Amino acid sequence: MMWYKVGAADEPPGKSGIAHFLEHLMFKGTANRAPGEFSEIVARNGGKENAFTSQDYTGYYQIVSKDKLGLMMELEADRMMGLVLNQESINIERQVVIEERRTRVETSPQAKLNEQVMAATYSNHPYRLPVIGWKHEIEALQLDDIIGFYKKWYAPNNAILIVSGDVNPSEVYDLAKTYYGKLPFKKIPLRLRPSEPNQHAPREVVLRDPRVLQPSWSRRWLAPSYNSPNKNHAYALEVFAEVMGGGNTSRLNTSLVISQKLAVSAGAWYASDALDTSTFVVWFSPRSGISMDVVSAALEKELYKVKRNGTTKEEVNRAKQRLLDSAIFARDSIEGPAQIFGVAMTTGQDVEDVENWANRISDVTPDQVDLAAQAVLKINTSTTGILLPTDNIKAK
Amino acid sequence: MSLVFKGFKDILLVLIVTFPFLGSGDVHSMEIQRVVSSGGIEAWLVEDHSLPIVSIRFSFPGGSVNDPTDKSGLANMSTKLLGEGAGEFNSQKFHRRLEDLSVSLNFEAYKDIILGSMKTLTRNRDEAFDLLKLALLKPRFDDDSIQLIRAQIRSRIARNKNNPNNIAQRTYWSMMFPEHPYRFESSGTFKSIEKISKYDLKSFVRSNLVKTGLIIGVAGDITADELALSLDKTFGGLPRYFEKNEIENISPRTLGKVVVVKNNLPQSSIVFGQNGLARNHPDYYAAYLLNHILGGGGFTSRLYKEIREKRGLVYSVYSYLLPLDYSSLWLGAAATDNKSVKDTIKIIKSEWSRMQDYQITQEQLQSARDNIKGSFSLRFNNTASIAGMLLEIQRKGLGINYIQNRENIYDMITINDINRVAKKWLDPKSLTFVIVGNPSNIISSEVISGK
Repeated sequence: MMWYKVGAADEPPGKSGIAHFLEHLMFKGTANRAPGEFSEIVARNGGKENAFTSQDYTGYYQIVSKDKLGLMMELEADRMMGLVLNQESINIERQVVIEERRTRVETSPQAKLNEQVMAATYSNHPYRLPVIGWKHEIEALQLDDIIGFYKKWYAPNNAILIVSGDVNPSEVYDLAKTYYGKLPFKKIPLRLRPSEPNQHAPREVVLRDPRVLQPSWSRRWLAPSYNSPNKNHAYALEVFAEVMGGGNTSRLNTSLVISQKLAVSAGAWYASDALDTSTFVVWFSPRSGISMDVVSAALEKELYKVKRNGTTKEEVNRAKQRLLDSAIFARDSIEGPAQIFGVAMTTGQDVEDVENWANRISDVTPDQVDLAAQAVLKINTSTTGILLPTDNIKAK
Repeated sequence: MSLVFKGFKDILLVLIVTFPFLGSGDVHSMEIQRVVSSGGIEAWLVEDHSLPIVSIRFSFPGGSVNDPTDKSGLANMSTKLLGEGAGEFNSQKFHRRLEDLSVSLNFEAYKDIILGSMKTLTRNRDEAFDLLKLALLKPRFDDDSIQLIRAQIRSRIARNKNNPNNIAQRTYWSMMFPEHPYRFESSGTFKSIEKISKYDLKSFVRSNLVKTGLIIGVAGDITADELALSLDKTFGGLPRYFEKNEIENISPRTLGKVVVVKNNLPQSSIVFGQNGLARNHPDYYAAYLLNHILGGGGFTSRLYKEIREKRGLVYSVYSYLLPLDYSSLWLGAAATDNKSVKDTIKIIKSEWSRMQDYQITQEQLQSARDNIKGSFSLRFNNTASIAGMLLEIQRKGLGINYIQNRENIYDMITINDINRVAKKWLDPKSLTFVIVGNPSNIISSEVISGK
């Protein structure tokens, strides 16, 4: 896997979608390789490949048998700095990206709402912009914009090569040196994004759409990530998310779904891996015939209870055990561990952070969980997103 | 897991993650053991002790295809309730046991089978099998649980009801199988799930979770002897056999229609297809190769190249063979701008014809063959997917040496076979399209108005 320390949040203002657009264009060939040739070679060698873009990173991967490692490195090194783009290939690929946006966002009321919720959650930081970009900005991106972005960020000193598998480390190292060692160093700008101002009022976004038959509700708060100055809260928040919404016996599911029978599902999650301020989220989908206000009031009561009385030692221990076990299950695949390291290394963590994750989770105490919860769950720093049918008549 | 972390000339960070792999990451070197317990329960096992994890996948024959016509969704609802309390544990206690032991246990009704899966850490293996046994033999069907699962299924149906892909699939299946139970979605409808009673659920479990036709695949940290004991303990108490409905084999009604489901969306979702091949048909492997070249092979297929790469009309377009127990389809899907629907359909049809007209080169065949052979291993790099593969190989009757034979089967297919199969099976005139959206300039055989 080749990970670049650049994502959508590093795009220039007014040019949303460049990072993802460029990811598509990386398959369009170089001076040495025709468009699509890389993919042909991977296919012919029995491999699988794809790429992904997030707010903080862009990654390219191939899964191949180990004797093809050198070949993959040669191809990946070739397109790291040798991409050749022209107006025609950009115009065609732009349509593909627009169709991707329609598929992912514009044909789904929930996805449209999520986009609006992010735009409201962040008022200044570029996490407010969708990774795929706003449609009107994708339509306006120019060849020069894309090449400029590529030249600015794509270089070996801004990349992380991750090789996962049954390989010999020194052989991999030598191969990497052969193929990437000859590429020139580039001066890479610091990733300094505008930061969030203090938020003084809760925000709420309501999307009504005639196609909605199952309404939904979510609330998110700005929360520190593993890369934040107050990152000690991050490990505690991970445990807190598990206590509140990490499964069938979590607080929210037990209360809203099982005991009070108000929702069909409810939960919480927290994105700990982010270069900048992240979010903590609680959500539910109401049962049919139950009004949104009744369920959200019940949820607020649960939040109030946990802020006032705190968590119990028992539920914190159960949550920690499940998180620790999930780390064992994460090793049961070839991509899983590579993914974990890739995300960590591109969001401000290092190898030591990954290797000590289990210890740090183990060390979390109920007091730390309660402190983190109190620090984050403040109504004035929240954004609520509500999805409703147009006429507010519930699904039958 | 050992990790090597190096940088050179302060330029590139190199991270190398090495750890023991199942079968060293190559399925061809995996040893499949046929384990038969003293009680006569059979399972296929790939033993691997590199991680303290065991995965099991098992299936019972007869899924939602067996649902009574007025109670579609019965198989789905019954299986969802298996994990909602059993024996002395009510739903919450049962879930709490599972979560405290980090055991994942799932049941799902497909058209032709009921699929069960469980994954556990070695340290909780015995308790995990005990919980699985309870779920299979003593599900409780408490009123609260039935009410909750019914509400969750209703919610799922509501979510899917106006989803364009889902509308397209639903419409397509009901057109292909107007009189056959394949036309129903496994989830059932708002109406049908209200008719399902506790009695229905209980008798479904009694008559469908039986030893006859039970197929099991296991991978991970367990020996053959240990597994044999667990098999008897877990599955030994199931009843042997129960009479099933006779389901007829049926050919899909691929009449070459273009049907539009009007929907005010910025993009049209397209589902298309024709008659397919049964999994045990002698032409199946050649057809699989053919489809790989046509629309199955990711970034290198003809549909992808013509429609996405050259013209930018879609984000995704693909085709696949779908052999079922009582019928077979050759399906595909795409999504495009409303004004490009006409062009997209035209190209799909012309690619279909082009495949038929003896235009596959030796090189394309070789490349497709190499990809199909080489990528097989890559699909099976975790215990759950290996257990699933062992289940599929048994279910399809491919034989315990299938993994070794598979390469040979593909090697033997010649360009003449491919061309013969293309001529015989591909039928552009019968290709039937369902379009959900607001496509322009489409001459359709039928317009269904959506909302």
